[in-house]
Amino acid sequence: MIDLILHNPIVTALLALGGLSAAFGAVLGFAAVKYKVEGDPIVERIDALLPQTQCGQCGHPGCRPYAQAIADGEAINKCPPGGQATINALADLLDVPAPSLDAEHGEHLPIKLVAFIREDECIGCTKCIQACPMDAILGAAKQMHTVIADECTGCDLCVEPCPVDCIDMIPVETDLQTWQWNLPATNQTPVFHVVGNLIASDLQPAGNRLTPNQDDNKAA
Amino acid sequence: MNSPIKVWELPGGIHPPERKAQSLQLPLGELPLPPVLVIPLNQHMGTPAQAVVQVGDRVLAGQLIGAADGTFSANTHASTSGTVIAIEERAIAHPSGIHSESVVIEADGKHEWIGLTPCEDYQSLDRLDLLDTIRAAGVAGLGGAGFPTAVKLAPKSTQVIDTLILNGAECEPYITADDMLMQVRAAEVVSGTLLLSHILQHPEQILIGVEDNKPKAIAALKAAIAGASVSNPEAAKIRVVAFPTKYPSGGAKQLIQILTGREVPSGHHSADAGVICVNVGTAVAAWRAVRFGEPLVSRVTTVVGEALTTQRNIDVLFGTPISYVLTQHGFDISRASRVVMGGPMMGFTLLDLDAPVGKTINCILAPGKQELPAPQPAQACIRCGLCSEVCPVHLLPQQLFWYAQAKDFDRLEAHNLFDCIECGACSYVCPSTIPLVQYYRAAKGSIRLHDLEKEKSDRSRQRFEFRQSRIAKEEAEKEAKRVLRQKAAEEAKQKLAEKTASIAAAKNDAVAAETTIAPATGAPAAGMPAAGMPATGSPAAGSPAADVISAAVAKAAVVPQASAAEQKAKLQRILAAAKNNLEFNQKPLIPNKTNPVISDEQLVKQQVRIKQAEMKVAEAEKKLADFIAEIGEEIPAVADSAPTVTAAEINDPVAASIARAQAKLAFSPADKLRSNLDSLRLRLEKAEEKVAQAKADGSASLEALQMGTEKLQQKIAETLAELNALDASDKPVASAAAEQTAAQIAIAKAKAKAARMTTMSDEEKHAQQIQAMQSRLQKARERLEKAEAEDDPNIDAFRLGVTKLEERLNEMS
Repeated sequence: MIDLILHNPIVTALLALGGLSAAFGAVLGFAAVKYKVEGDPIVERIDALLPQTQCGQCGHPGCRPYAQAIADGEAINKCPPGGQATINALADLLDVPAPSLDAEHGEHLPIKLVAFIREDECIGCTKCIQACPMDAILGAAKQMHTVIADECTGCDLCVEPCPVDCIDMIPVETDLQTWQWNLPATNQTPVFHVVGNLIASDLQPAGNRLTPNQDDNKAA
Repeated sequence: MNSPIKVWELPGGIHPPERKAQSLQLPLGELPLPPVLVIPLNQHMGTPAQAVVQVGDRVLAGQLIGAADGTFSANTHASTSGTVIAIEERAIAHPSGIHSESVVIEADGKHEWIGLTPCEDYQSLDRLDLLDTIRAAGVAGLGGAGFPTAVKLAPKSTQVIDTLILNGAECEPYITADDMLMQVRAAEVVSGTLLLSHILQHPEQILIGVEDNKPKAIAALKAAIAGASVSNPEAAKIRVVAFPTKYPSGGAKQLIQILTGREVPSGHHSADAGVICVNVGTAVAAWRAVRFGEPLVSRVTTVVGEALTTQRNIDVLFGTPISYVLTQHGFDISRASRVVMGGPMMGFTLLDLDAPVGKTINCILAPGKQELPAPQPAQACIRCGLCSEVCPVHLLPQQLFWYAQAKDFDRLEAHNLFDCIECGACSYVCPSTIPLVQYYRAAKGSIRLHDLEKEKSDRSRQRFEFRQSRIAKEEAEKEAKRVLRQKAAEEAKQKLAEKTASIAAAKNDAVAAETTIAPATGAPAAGMPAAGMPATGSPAAGSPAADVISAAVAKAAVVPQASAAEQKAKLQRILAAAKNNLEFNQKPLIPNKTNPVISDEQLVKQQVRIKQAEMKVAEAEKKLADFIAEIGEEIPAVADSAPTVTAAEINDPVAASIARAQAKLAFSPADKLRSNLDSLRLRLEKAEEKVAQAKADGSASLEALQMGTEKLQQKIAETLAELNALDASDKPVASAAAEQTAAQIAIAKAKAKAARMTTMSDEEKHAQQIQAMQSRLQKARERLEKAEAEDDPNIDAFRLGVTKLEERLNEMS
């Protein structure tokens, strides 16, 4: 037997290759069973990019079902609350070209909205409470309801069921915590007391800038 | 003390014109008291303070008006005596122009101080007590960031502090507030340094870093140290380090790098590098808070710019409106290009001149139009790379610029955008005058907001999923209950069937008895209600087969008849409800408070509702009529006579009484007794079992149980006797053969009544109906009274019923 192997290099090579493939096959087979991925991670990742307003404007009952649908091949431009930013992120994740928002499903509002109940008009019918996907409305039958503004995603779903039309969607006010600098406009024309712009760039072009014609303290 | 100390060089950096001389010509000044002070509750970094005074309160200088909200916050104090005239949103010095809650104090001009508790020897106090004193005094970083000092001075136990640095660099052009402070209050700076060193448990190195363009301040500090080291040997440890002027050496992390050579790692605090860096002004404030118990109510601020006639440093009370400060310095708005908070590199244009001076404002700059003209329009980036050469934190400003434009937040973070200190050096050197720092600020803001939104959307997802699972759980519970109910109903049905079977069996016995008694008469088993099948009885008379058939027939008669009555009642109820609904809808619309004007739309809606209600009534009537017709067809069959009485003519009372009679027929007295007997026997069995068990257990209740058993036996005996008597009395009835059970007599009566009705004149009928109605009304009233007495929840329904009956009665008579 050994002689046969030693004297037939082809047999030797075949045996060696066969043995290797059997060993690696066993390793791979074991790994496939042992490290099996539970669930569909792509759905989780898509879901993480969606804005979680649960508004249903995409035609699905919530963000997760839409994530599942996207994973199954549905268009990624059906989420108006997310807007172009979400579409871009999804396109990036799925490695597809980013389309523009499908106008059929609604428009993207640049400002955030929250529901507000005009409380003296509320009749306590609890219809909005049942409609809210976020449990963000407090109240009981025949008692005034109110929206927990911090939990409201502005999905709009409570407005329609209200029999007395006492729910408004109001824009969220910017406070010191949420305020942010704007990107400078390209080729901006600054206006006195209007733009809180950067001072260091308020300089004239080189050669002209802050000429030491004043009695500057140049002492070092 | 004068031994040279190694100074490292700051990477990058620029040398803008300093322009510090003009504000140093005059001594440190003070302003007359402004008539009104606006003290914002958010002058520091962190959570705004909570107002603890009310409108109308009289406050004294140094009195607490805003309490710190949590650890990462700072107290706010009244800076002069006067009356609180408002607590409202006022303009603050912030680039957004957003208003923030402020306490507005009308000064009374006396500037009375609240009682202060000075401390002669702070060394004897515990360092935690000292920290509390500093915290209570509302000391926050006066260098510009407003970081609560007490938080800074309490590093984590893992952070070993070996160096205390006092920041007197003041690198930004124009600003001379710290320079002036170090010149005028050098002794207090040194005392403050010693205090901080004591709190930080005497770190090895104590350095005061000053740029070498402030020789007067350096000299004053050295003199003060020499003076202090006479009484406190630790003062000799303090070293004043002069280093070359370069922007931005005044940043905390930059100064640490210059003085110690240590670079604070990205995303860490300076305490992680073993260094605490405190502004000289903050050290003085902490010293005054401990030594004199004086809260932080004023600061040294530079007021400078060509649009002013006087340029100097002032010690200004917090809350003084900037417009007031400017007026006191001869501000000429026509000459000014803008008013800037802070220096020209890192400051921002003030949007509202009525904003007050706060803890972080170290400079009010009112430059002339030539001095600081409007920015040039930005040109395209030419990739010259000057910006990365001057960046003090080794970033790649042009890359960040591209990514900020593209809003590529991931790449921005990968390029360490958050290490940018926004010093503005890159913007300063940019030949295309691109406002780079503004891009970084915007991008930082967007990323922070994005993170906030991400956090919120994660929370939303959790809430949504929780809600979903809760709803699913509720549904499952409901389903389980439904299944349970269904099961119970089936069981009940089965039981009922068993019961009827046993009744039928009992009846079988009775019938057997009858047939054995009267076989000779040859009469069919006429005693049996041959419901629907009158013929079945006669041919098989006397045979056991006939018994079985008649028993089945009896069973069939009981169930559908009883349920037929129920069904009818239900249909009647539906009809009544539909009629009710119609009536309600037919009511004219009355304008009310919530609905003062009736629109056409509402009228149309009402019409639609009326139509719907009418349709419902019609439907209910039809159903009822159909049902009555059905019943009517059955009834003549049961009666096996009176073919003249058509289904249509049979009205409610007749059908009801027939049904009642039918039900009674099913439960003849003998049957009732028999079933009674059965259940009694069962109970007896059980009781006997119990007695046996009790005997075995030697239970105390044995006697009671035995008594119960005896009673049961007695009852059974009684029932048996009764049954026998009844059977005996049945016999003659049965032998008469022509006679039927009492129930059938009732049927006959009803039939007769129906027949009479058909022959009765209309008037008679009417009278009878009225009578019936009156009796119904009487009953309804009684029920209502009872409901009232018991405070029944359905009382309204009863009341409605009574009024309806009354109305109908009125209609009839």
